[in-house]
Amino acid sequence: MSDAFPVFDVLIAGGGNAAMCAALSARESGATVLVAECAPQHMRAGNSRHARNFRCMHASPTSVLTDAYTEEEYFSDLLKVTAGHTNEELARLAIRSSPECFAWMQQHGVRFQPSLAGTLHLGRTNAFFLGGGKALVNTYYAIAEQLGVRVLYNAEVTALRVCGGRFESATITTDGSPIEIRAKALVAASGGFEANIEWLSEAWGHAAMNFIIRGTPYNRGKILRLLLDHGADQVVDPSQFHAIALDARAPKFDGGIVTRLDTLPLGIVVNQRGQRFYDEGEDLWPKRYAIWGRLIAQQPDQIAYSIVDSKTAGLVMPSAFPAMQARTIRELAGLLPLPADALEATVAEFNRSVVDGSFDHTLLDNCHTRGLSPDKTHWALKLDSPPFYGYPLRPGITFTYLGVKVNRYGQVVMKDGRPSPNIFAAGEIMAGNILGQGYVAGIGMTIGTVFGRIAGQGAASATR
Amino acid sequence: MLRLCNACRYCEGYCAVFPAMERRSAFSAADVNYLANLCHNCGECYYACPYTPPHEYALNLPKVLAEIRVETYAQFAFPRSFSLAHRNSTLVISVLIAIAVGLITALVAAFGSFAAPGADFYAVLPHQVMAFTLGLVFVLAAIAMLVAFVRFWRDGIGVPIEAAPLIASLNDTLRLTNLDGHGAGCPYPQERLSQMRRWFHHATFYGFLLCFASTCVAAFYHFVLGWRAPYPYLSVPVLLGTLGGLGLLIGPAGLFWLKRKRDPALDDLNPRAFGETFIVLLLLASFTGLLLLALRETKAMSWLLIVHLGVVLALFASLPYGKFMHGKFRFAALLRNAFEQSRRV
Repeated sequence: MSDAFPVFDVLIAGGGNAAMCAALSARESGATVLVAECAPQHMRAGNSRHARNFRCMHASPTSVLTDAYTEEEYFSDLLKVTAGHTNEELARLAIRSSPECFAWMQQHGVRFQPSLAGTLHLGRTNAFFLGGGKALVNTYYAIAEQLGVRVLYNAEVTALRVCGGRFESATITTDGSPIEIRAKALVAASGGFEANIEWLSEAWGHAAMNFIIRGTPYNRGKILRLLLDHGADQVVDPSQFHAIALDARAPKFDGGIVTRLDTLPLGIVVNQRGQRFYDEGEDLWPKRYAIWGRLIAQQPDQIAYSIVDSKTAGLVMPSAFPAMQARTIRELAGLLPLPADALEATVAEFNRSVVDGSFDHTLLDNCHTRGLSPDKTHWALKLDSPPFYGYPLRPGITFTYLGVKVNRYGQVVMKDGRPSPNIFAAGEIMAGNILGQGYVAGIGMTIGTVFGRIAGQGAASATR
Repeated sequence: MLRLCNACRYCEGYCAVFPAMERRSAFSAADVNYLANLCHNCGECYYACPYTPPHEYALNLPKVLAEIRVETYAQFAFPRSFSLAHRNSTLVISVLIAIAVGLITALVAAFGSFAAPGADFYAVLPHQVMAFTLGLVFVLAAIAMLVAFVRFWRDGIGVPIEAAPLIASLNDTLRLTNLDGHGAGCPYPQERLSQMRRWFHHATFYGFLLCFASTCVAAFYHFVLGWRAPYPYLSVPVLLGTLGGLGLLIGPAGLFWLKRKRDPALDDLNPRAFGETFIVLLLLASFTGLLLLALRETKAMSWLLIVHLGVVLALFASLPYGKFMHGKFRFAALLRNAFEQSRRV
């Protein structure tokens, strides 16, 4: 043990929102805190870098939230998306604690803004961070520094020593040299394993090679794996992930929000054979956009193409890469590239099946097709007004659901059903307790903040 | 870069630039000139951006806009070739000051006297000569600035002038609302939020206005009331000038100090030297002015006056070609922004 690393009360593994909420809470409860972030400083904070809002219960309008959002409504929104796959006790705890967290965040210098343009539907339920998730964690890191929280970057936890469910020490490897660090409590707040392609392949096979990871390459699930290996109980299976349709030209990692595409419901989506495979107009886009990652993952070579024409191309938020553009469907097929005859046939058949209606992309309109398999049930307009635009699509993985089981004190529950006395978990690594499937915008940050604070306080008391 | 920013929009609450960007789906060169001059270079978006270098998107919006902004000062200057934007501005200004001091010295030799009898400035350089020389340079500079402003207006602004947007943009300009950061200030010179830059800019800007007001009052005294300088320490022109001079001492000194501490990731050498030259010139003008006031009864007065007038002359001559133009262009951009906002609701 070198002098540079005295024994800390609390070791936090991870460096995102949950980790920093835990670090600040533990420090403010009197504990000495070491944060081990495996990413370099410029890539710190994992998925929190790309977060943007916090879903918050509230009884009356606040500075940035309109109207009211009750516990019951919040919980019922959660039930809808998870189809009941949630631990009600923990879910209600997160929901009920959200207003208090909102105040805590503001006390810690987090600034909020009204919902962003194009996200008005979230103005009632979600508080947006001024500047987004990176600005949020920058604020936390600045306070952590003032409070004397020690932060190590490039510091990967490569081994844990756990005896009978009790954490003893962690091996942290920085720049290739391992050091054993002892602490009285551990907070695991290191996210999921979405950037671990090998782990994803265990559930998805070769298809995982074609997934794009929306967040940093550092979310490899190392601590999650270590905890499971040391007997932590598991929630949700490894095949579950949140994935959306992403521009296939996006970087393999950390392309962030700018590569997502919102054109899908406005035109048709075809696979690499030039064939449609799902109802593009099933429901309003914000409710449905998260099913497309999985749908595309199930297509040959995990690729698909969104095609719209000039009637609707301007209706969506701009995205990072310009569309492929052509005067004819045949020409567009050449650019994407897709088999031209097949694509022409698909478009022709689609156009023949469109039933006239009055188009309105903001609600479930009556434009649909008849006699197609699958039919498009809303927003079906003929693709007949050049130029035609095409985007290649890939599944973009946002996060994984598999996690460790926790109790209401944030303690990791072992396979024998007993909670660990000094291992706590917060954030994405335990979000699966509440979010067994599906997603409601901003709940990840709520879970991270609520359980980050619970874990930090719990870890600090476990040291006494 | 603008395309990526427009697809992300996380920064939209920071300042006027992002909502202005979101009002467009394509960006002409004129749009970019407008956006560049709307940016106050606070740096909030840089620190909040997950895509800054070494990320492969390598976004650094404030730095790019700063470079474009300096280009607009060059592009619209009149005459264009006089712009300091592509020159070693420190060198040019040094030479300019030397020439101006030399010119004043020559005028004193020709029309006045190097002896310093009390505080009588006009015994050193007769009033007509002083007023004519400085007035001429100022009028020429004002014409050059007007032409540059009109050129910029035609390029990237060109909105009808209406009362409400005019008032809103004056408010934004005079209070620097875009640097307020919802009350917390802006990350200048480094990531920590502070109001320092705003306050030092206020000291500079209002110091400049007070000095200008002092000159106007003095001119009124001289030409209309026939009261001859020197005016007593507690007279209106001297009070205004002293207050303004202090503002112009504290403000630019603070801005200079902040600029030196600025995060290098956000500052380019060229825009920085360009800005610093103007700051130093203001500092020299206020420093020599206050020194002259303090020592106006001594023998050093005549040379202090010559140096001060030389510096002011150089300052006037350089106004249309240096950082001074940022205020005009910024105001025009804010006016357009306010106009666009008024058309949106």
